Amino acid sequence: MQFPILSVLIFTPLAAALILLLLPEDKKNWIKGLALAAGIIVLALSIWLYASYDIAAGGYQFQERVDWLPALGISYFVGVDGISLPLVFLSGLVIISGVLVSWHVHDRPREFFSFLMFLGASVVGVFCSLDLFMLFFFFELAVFPKYLMIVTWGSPKTREYGGMKLTLYLFIGSMLALIGALAIYFGSGLHTFDMLALENAGFAVAFQRLWFPFVFLGFAILGGIFPFHSWAPDGHVAAPTAVSMLLAGVEMKVGAFAALRVGIMLLPEGARQWAWLILILATVNVVYGAFIALIQTDFKYVIGFSSVSHMGLVLIGFATLSREGLIGAGMQMFSHGVMTALFFSIVGMVYDRAHTRDIAKLGGLVRKMPWAAIGFIVGGLVSMGMPGFSGFVAEFPVFMGAWRAAPVVAVIAILGILITAGYIFLVIRRVFFSELPDELAGVQDVTVRDKIVIGGLSLVMIGLGVFPSLMVPMIESGVKTILAILGGA
Amino acid sequence: MEFIENHLLTFILFTPTVAALVLLFIPGKYIKAFRWGALAASLIPFVLTLIAWAQFNPDPNPAAPFQFVEQSAWYAAINASYHLGIDGISLPMVLLTTLLTPLALLASFSIKERIKPYMILFLLLETGMLGVFMALDLILFFVFWEIGLVPMYFLIAQWGGSNRNYAALKFVLYTMGGSLGLLLAIQLMGVSVGSFDLITLTEKWPTLQSLAVPIGIPIETVKNIAFWAFVIAFAIKVPVWPFHTWLPDAHTEAPTAGSMILAGVMLKLGAYGFLRLVLPLFPAEAQRFAWVLAALAVAAIIFGALGALAQNDFKRLVAYSSINHMGFVVLAVAAAAATWNTTAANTLLDKNLALSGAVLQMFNHGLSAAGMFFLVGVIYERSHTRNLNEMGGLYAILPVYGTVLIFTAMASLGLPGLGGFVSEFLVVRGVWPIFTVAAALSMIGLFFTGAYILKALKLVLHGPLNTRWEGHLTDINLRELVVMAPLMVLMLLIGVWPAWLLDMINQAVAFLF
Repeated sequence: MQFPILSVLIFTPLAAALILLLLPEDKKNWIKGLALAAGIIVLALSIWLYASYDIAAGGYQFQERVDWLPALGISYFVGVDGISLPLVFLSGLVIISGVLVSWHVHDRPREFFSFLMFLGASVVGVFCSLDLFMLFFFFELAVFPKYLMIVTWGSPKTREYGGMKLTLYLFIGSMLALIGALAIYFGSGLHTFDMLALENAGFAVAFQRLWFPFVFLGFAILGGIFPFHSWAPDGHVAAPTAVSMLLAGVEMKVGAFAALRVGIMLLPEGARQWAWLILILATVNVVYGAFIALIQTDFKYVIGFSSVSHMGLVLIGFATLSREGLIGAGMQMFSHGVMTALFFSIVGMVYDRAHTRDIAKLGGLVRKMPWAAIGFIVGGLVSMGMPGFSGFVAEFPVFMGAWRAAPVVAVIAILGILITAGYIFLVIRRVFFSELPDELAGVQDVTVRDKIVIGGLSLVMIGLGVFPSLMVPMIESGVKTILAILGGA
Repeated sequence: MEFIENHLLTFILFTPTVAALVLLFIPGKYIKAFRWGALAASLIPFVLTLIAWAQFNPDPNPAAPFQFVEQSAWYAAINASYHLGIDGISLPMVLLTTLLTPLALLASFSIKERIKPYMILFLLLETGMLGVFMALDLILFFVFWEIGLVPMYFLIAQWGGSNRNYAALKFVLYTMGGSLGLLLAIQLMGVSVGSFDLITLTEKWPTLQSLAVPIGIPIETVKNIAFWAFVIAFAIKVPVWPFHTWLPDAHTEAPTAGSMILAGVMLKLGAYGFLRLVLPLFPAEAQRFAWVLAALAVAAIIFGALGALAQNDFKRLVAYSSINHMGFVVLAVAAAAATWNTTAANTLLDKNLALSGAVLQMFNHGLSAAGMFFLVGVIYERSHTRNLNEMGGLYAILPVYGTVLIFTAMASLGLPGLGGFVSEFLVVRGVWPIFTVAAALSMIGLFFTGAYILKALKLVLHGPLNTRWEGHLTDINLRELVVMAPLMVLMLLIGVWPAWLLDMINQAVAFLF
């Protein structure tokens, strides 16, 4: 039997989360050390997986399957393909970055790191699931750490509101998705939650048209689809730094990924019928999200709304149902995840030192924390789709797909790029350049751990921008599977 | 050595980037290391360009006009490749870039603060500009086209004049906004033809009969729109009236070396886009709308000159003069576009003269504009004013500077014997039979060119000496003379013996489209 690498990947953070809760509270170094070790293991395993995936063969690899509740057709069934593997790698990157930037959490660090690991296990679990039930299991596993971390460690003013709003929105989303999933289960008549089997269930067109919106929309709420996006900025802003990074960086991709995997791949004909609506909503996401980001006065809200805008491009890519669009969406999920994790980590570093997120009260920070400034500039260039960075590599095929599906979408959505450039340049100037206010004269530089996070995440984005072939062929192999499903529908 | 020769363009293109990365790891306190390191690094691409020049086949094969071609996989999923190559149009531009960059870096030795990011940004800028001149793949072209904006934005915003933030943001958003249409058009073309390779696109796009997209508009209309998307992106960069308003702000607020590169090279990116992309990809559309381009070019020539004449700020005057001079390039492009598909020997000659003049004018303007901006910077560093009315009679105390300024200004004005005359004459000679009225009107612009140049010379150098400067100004120093010397030598050389450059250009434009 081969080494169960995916199970180790999923259960390392889960085990770390449980062990952390058992550690004595005053052993802070043990706590941090264990969290860091778990983070390193997850990242190392995800890199190893990434490197050893056979792109030429494609399909779902590293599969493991154990019957769990055979009477209901539920099994523990995991495997990764070219779409999910980059997201597993993304999770590894963001989890360890989250641990590193949270090094100085003073308030109940044991629970903080434990919950962070629960969140990590949840996202990796979703990406690896090939069983619909398991997917839901891991999906819902995230709810309690998310909620508790926001209301306990979040920003004091808005944490109850933000945490509650986020949790309720996502509950509604997952209920809708669950209804749809149950319909798929019963409608298939196969008595299995095995998604690979369900893909071939041959649902009737009317059935797909009816249930697709439930599944897709339910999950896409977590992906931030307009008009159900407003939980995202509020939730992200209220959350502590590491949770914002995981929420915007990875959790939004969990939503988009599940919408793709369960919505589009199980109900392809439904996707074709509803693509026009997704295209419209996602285009609104892109342009409206960017406009709202432009007028924010709170540093963190700018980034919160920028996520709404960028996730719109992922959804456009999905809805084009074309090769280029799907490749672009896959790249954009990864690229945006890294970028927004970097953004939120820098916002956190600035807030920790300046004690304000009001852009008007910030300024001149490049002289105090040059690494943060450079990291933010790199993230900003990715964000505006500047060539040479991963954002361009992701957005360009999305637009090509949009041309194939609906040219008007491409023409409108491209405005998002210009608006994004506007708010990014304005924020860079106001926060990092302009005059340093007197109150910020004592601000300290970022720590070595922060620099590792900034440098590492920046390098990933530049590397992909210069050498797209480091990731695109893998995503392309995953897209082939989807296209085969779409073509056969 | 053989490896370098086989990848000559790659080495020219990325030596500055590698140097920038190396500088990144040197602590910021070693100011001399940055100055001399950046300068030395920027001389490598210059030397490599001279090697390329020596090996360049001046009589290329019309079927495969590009030389030193390199092609390797880059973004295979969407059929974009790393495809470089140069012909007789791009090689002079590469030479201009690799020559002006070391001179601009030498001019930057007077920068005192944050020398490290300054030099790194400048080297990255060079890669961005060179890439545009070498790219034979539309996506690659766009990559370099956009990436150069970033270092220039920061150079203006960080080391610029008092109104730098406004100017930098206007520059970057104006140019990026203009590029959105270009980006959309590139995507559309790539989707329709299935390739972004310039050579494939040139073959297939102009004759394409149906688009692979559900757009519901006749293909002729789509091509017209795409043509205008390209034209607007490049017209902003050149800049053509009425898309020029970013230029006076950006050029005036940029640091001296930034202005040298902006006017010397970055404006040529737009003109190069017209030559390399608009004419070969949209020959029919360009012919249809040639008169519009010609009208805009004439407007740029006349209004640019009048705008320059109205300035009292020395740097702003030079900035407006760029609009005036670059108008001739666009006028020549318009005339060439109008003669597409002609077989009459006379008209072919006119077209080739106009196009050769355009490329030569790009080169000449690169020399003279960079020189003028540098000389404005020299006087500004000493007097801390750019107001022409506060100067006056400076020839008496700055004789060497005055001589250099007069020489450069005369080259800019188009004095026979200096470079500008040859290229502007060629353009006007080529355009005259095609767009007679436009050529005649451009003469009015040329008259005002003389007027504003003489106005500047008079207010700076002649008249009674403004006594507040007596004893406060020092003459141009050796380093500054070293910056100016190569520019002046080339201006003179092109003026008296243009053949060394013109022959190469002539061969290339003959089968441009």
